[in-house]
Amino acid sequence: MIFALGGNQNCGKTTLFNQLTGSNQHVGNFPGVTVEGKSGTVKGHPDVTVVDLPGIYSLSPYTSEEIVTRDYLINEKIDCIINITDATNIERNLYLSLQLMELDIPMVIALNMMDEMRENGNTIKIKQFSEDLGVPVVPLAAVRNEGVDELIDIAIKTAQERKRPSKKDFCSGAVHRAIHSVAHLVEDHADRINVPPRFAATKLIEGDEPMMNSLALSDNEKDMLEHIVTEMESETGTDREAALADMRYNFIEDVCSRSVIKNGESKAHARSVKIDSILTHRIWAIPIFIGIMGIIFWLTFGVIGAALSDGFTMIIDGIIGLIDRGLTSYGINPVVHSLVVDGVCAGVGSVLSFLPTIVVLFFFLSMLEDSGYMARVAFVMDKALRKIGLSGRSFVPMIIGFGCSVPAIMASRTLPSDRDRKMTIMLTPFMSCSAKLPIYTVFVQLFFAPQYRALAMICLYVFGMVMGVVVGLILKKTAFHGEPVPFVMELPNYRMPGLKSVFMLIWDKAKDFITKAFTVIFTASVIIWFLQTFDTRFNVVANSADSMLALVGQFISPVFRPLGFGDWRAATALITGFSAKEAVISTLTVLMNGDVAAVASLFTVQAAIAFLVFTLLYTPCVAAIAAVKRELKSGKWAIAIAFGQTAFAWVVACIVYQIITLF
Amino acid sequence: MTLNELKIGEAGVITTVGGQGALRRRLLDMGLTPKTRVMVRKVAPMGDPIELHLRGYELTIRVDDAKNIEVEREDKQ
Repeated sequence: MIFALGGNQNCGKTTLFNQLTGSNQHVGNFPGVTVEGKSGTVKGHPDVTVVDLPGIYSLSPYTSEEIVTRDYLINEKIDCIINITDATNIERNLYLSLQLMELDIPMVIALNMMDEMRENGNTIKIKQFSEDLGVPVVPLAAVRNEGVDELIDIAIKTAQERKRPSKKDFCSGAVHRAIHSVAHLVEDHADRINVPPRFAATKLIEGDEPMMNSLALSDNEKDMLEHIVTEMESETGTDREAALADMRYNFIEDVCSRSVIKNGESKAHARSVKIDSILTHRIWAIPIFIGIMGIIFWLTFGVIGAALSDGFTMIIDGIIGLIDRGLTSYGINPVVHSLVVDGVCAGVGSVLSFLPTIVVLFFFLSMLEDSGYMARVAFVMDKALRKIGLSGRSFVPMIIGFGCSVPAIMASRTLPSDRDRKMTIMLTPFMSCSAKLPIYTVFVQLFFAPQYRALAMICLYVFGMVMGVVVGLILKKTAFHGEPVPFVMELPNYRMPGLKSVFMLIWDKAKDFITKAFTVIFTASVIIWFLQTFDTRFNVVANSADSMLALVGQFISPVFRPLGFGDWRAATALITGFSAKEAVISTLTVLMNGDVAAVASLFTVQAAIAFLVFTLLYTPCVAAIAAVKRELKSGKWAIAIAFGQTAFAWVVACIVYQIITLF
Repeated sequence: MTLNELKIGEAGVITTVGGQGALRRRLLDMGLTPKTRVMVRKVAPMGDPIELHLRGYELTIRVDDAKNIEVEREDKQ
């Protein structure tokens, strides 16, 4: 059986999904935001799969997530929809429920946050509520795992009995008549593409273009549709869109008046208002945001992350030492020894040591997202982003970009317009991702005095953002000249992030990172080792400057001479960086025969700065480019971004180098 | 009067929702329908967007879009 889990954003959907599936999930994904359909097997029910749909507010084609969800529900054979709703905010949550009910698929409504309702002295009369809506309703407290078993039992029963929602008419009068006439008119077309006529009818009345196109109505039918709708408009005295939204909300208000008992104000809401009086304060909001980001970066790179990384590095070095001694005492062939120790261990080890830092950064970013603070950041920063032609919502993907560009690019899916999405995706790589961190750390340690290191790191990040703004302004004036984009967003109540979901996410990230270290980085390290150990006649070289790799590097290195780092090893490292940014450091380490400190001999201080600027700005890694291709459904865009960014990085690094060598 | 003309802390009842296209539909979807009571909670630090309270939750929209929403100011008791 396949269940689809759908609901608004911020109603505890991810928590419920985690409770349902435990660790049996298939696609690990990014912080809080569900950007791709995850699915998993339900605990204790191996034959039941549950698909986590994106968090949406309506089935109108406003964001690409809404379109994806709608198509998914219509085209896939779903046995039951589990519609999770936030009981403390039930009116708006039911708006989506009514549209889901029109899809004519067996459905169960899960009333989440019932514990919070009770704490506030409020309640919902479940039986009455369920009768009025015509679907089974299950009270739930997903965070405490209360009601989850009942929910699954009832969903299975509903699916087995094929019990479709019994209520389809949400009103009487003119709107009701119009819906029925249109449903009748388009029934054949709707049946042909497997859309419930009822759903097709309401969408057509709302003027939904994708629906209009997929139904392929004749001109005659279009005229009749227009006639029916105009008549409805004149009878109700409102226009088509308002009439239907009004119909749904009136029905909801009516249902709620009978079964929702409100005695007290929501405590979580009152608390949120209080927290917001500081966090979105007219004067303090921006300083506080900068402060929070500052503290996160300081903790990640300065305190926790650095301490953990040092410890981790010691362990890794210990293991490598053991392998080294073991192989030596075994008397293994020196070439194999070199492959294992100088190739694999040096490459993979140098990257693995950054695992703790990256985990810590992701921990903080997901805390910000899950607590509800990211939405406030979008609210506070909207006006500033509008200056470069974007909305506050683009800020969230960009901040995620500091962790990793791949989920950041995927998070852009929540943006309503195509133009916004493209522009956000193009600007996200300017937010320096955590994979570039090893490069910065190594270089900053080698070339800067201890008291300037933190400052140098911050300067790099800020420089990336400034370049992003510059590019944004250029894009706004040229390719993305257009209308200001809309910004309509919920500010959810602040909630304590569920530790379980945060840790599951971190585990996912750590697993991804380790997998990458042992696949991409492993392969890259072996290839690099091979190319630098042998010459073109496959003889082992005494000096890596005679190797095959040196030939390739020497061919490309002249390009980087104006930037101050014409050495073939630097060029080679940059090329391998395309597979994964961490590879820049693992390659340099391998090329310097395992001695990171020796990298210092390849660069002057000025050249090192130019190198950092270049790595900060040049093409995102292959995984990010693949994500761009997937999200924009265009290989051209992906290639354009890869080459465009590299060209831009070259120009900027060249300018920086030429200027700083003047002093 | 329009929604953006309400002062912070003031509430009003929506009479019409103007504008057009996808944005207007989203405003309606989010519950900004005629006869709904809306309170202006606050204005963002840079003067735009504004934060609204309606139907028991907070929504933020831009001043320019609020100009399309006609409201009747609710008298303070």
